[in-house]
Amino acid sequence: MKTDDLISALSTDLEPAPKHAVGQRLLLALGAGIVVSSLMMWLWLGPRPDMMPAMATPMFWMKFIYALSIAAFGFGLIDRLARPGGQGGVWRTLLVLPLAFMIIMALYRYGQAPPENHMAMLLGSSWTVCARNIAILSLPIFAALFWGLRELAPTRLTAAGATAGVLAGAVGTFIYAFHCTESAAPFVAIWYTLGMAAMGVLGAILGRFLLRW
Amino acid sequence: MIAQEDELKALMVRSLAGDGAAYAELLRKLQTHLRAYYLRRLGRAADAEDLLQETLIAMHTRRATYDPSRPFTAWVHAIARYKMIDYFRRTKRRAEDPLDDPDILFGSEDANAAEAQLDVERLLHKLPVKTQKLIRDVKIEGLSTAEAAAKHGLSESAVKVGVHRGLKTLAGQVGDDT
Repeated sequence: MKTDDLISALSTDLEPAPKHAVGQRLLLALGAGIVVSSLMMWLWLGPRPDMMPAMATPMFWMKFIYALSIAAFGFGLIDRLARPGGQGGVWRTLLVLPLAFMIIMALYRYGQAPPENHMAMLLGSSWTVCARNIAILSLPIFAALFWGLRELAPTRLTAAGATAGVLAGAVGTFIYAFHCTESAAPFVAIWYTLGMAAMGVLGAILGRFLLRW
Repeated sequence: MIAQEDELKALMVRSLAGDGAAYAELLRKLQTHLRAYYLRRLGRAADAEDLLQETLIAMHTRRATYDPSRPFTAWVHAIARYKMIDYFRRTKRRAEDPLDDPDILFGSEDANAAEAQLDVERLLHKLPVKTQKLIRDVKIEGLSTAEAAAKHGLSESAVKVGVHRGLKTLAGQVGDDT
């Protein structure tokens, strides 16, 4: 086919392009993933039985705020990286803030606590399963985001994959927090973060292969 | 900023709103840049043309990923560069141009090709008329040796020899000019 013919074919009957297509596509993927992941949490793990009294404690909210802020900044970043030439800009810096805040808080609480409590603060009662459960709950969101990104046009595939992984991990963490009864900041800073980071690494590895277009 | 940014961006904004004429004009302008860009990096004209078409199609199907608050030339360049790296990955060659940026894509265009064509015409006129016609048919219009032979009532080997001699003379002329 001649290039001039191709140009004629592409420009004939041109449809207006939808505005905000990138954001909508990513939100659609995210929404689909959240539905599946929430169902998984409900049927497989179940919400924590002490939901009502726990809601009166600040740490209950801390966990959600930690996951939600990373998810929000991750979404801002992936909305950029899903476009050709997209740079992280301010979002990349913002993404580090919740982590820094969480680490500072964990160190402070750890330092304030009597030494006999230290092991419990670090390991809680679920350290063997926490990061793993977060990763499993994140997988449907991860798959949905990758599906969404394949219709978009990331040009930095490793960065886009890593960001999608962290975003999936953060949303998966948010959902997991409805089940998890841990309330020590050091525990959250270690095991929640590890779950999200694992998803980020998975995304970075798979992005180069699965996000090609 | 790239000189053509405002003009091309205006065309793209109209294209996104569904203006087919603006879109055709935009793609025609972009193809000259893209062709020169790929030709310089790939060397082979046929490969460059394939990649050019692939890039135009990719731009078309993913045009909604352009955010009008950002530079359009950077968006095009990112796609052009991505498609080239992807091409090298598929063909197991490595991109040799680490210092690639939008200026490179938009600094060159096929207007250079138009100039080159003028040079060729000027040189061709120094040849005998019969040889001129042969070279024009075989090397520029792309006829096969057999087709050219039939057209001019010559044997195939006469066409080959005529073209070869003509090109040799041209090569000598170019050497003299520089």
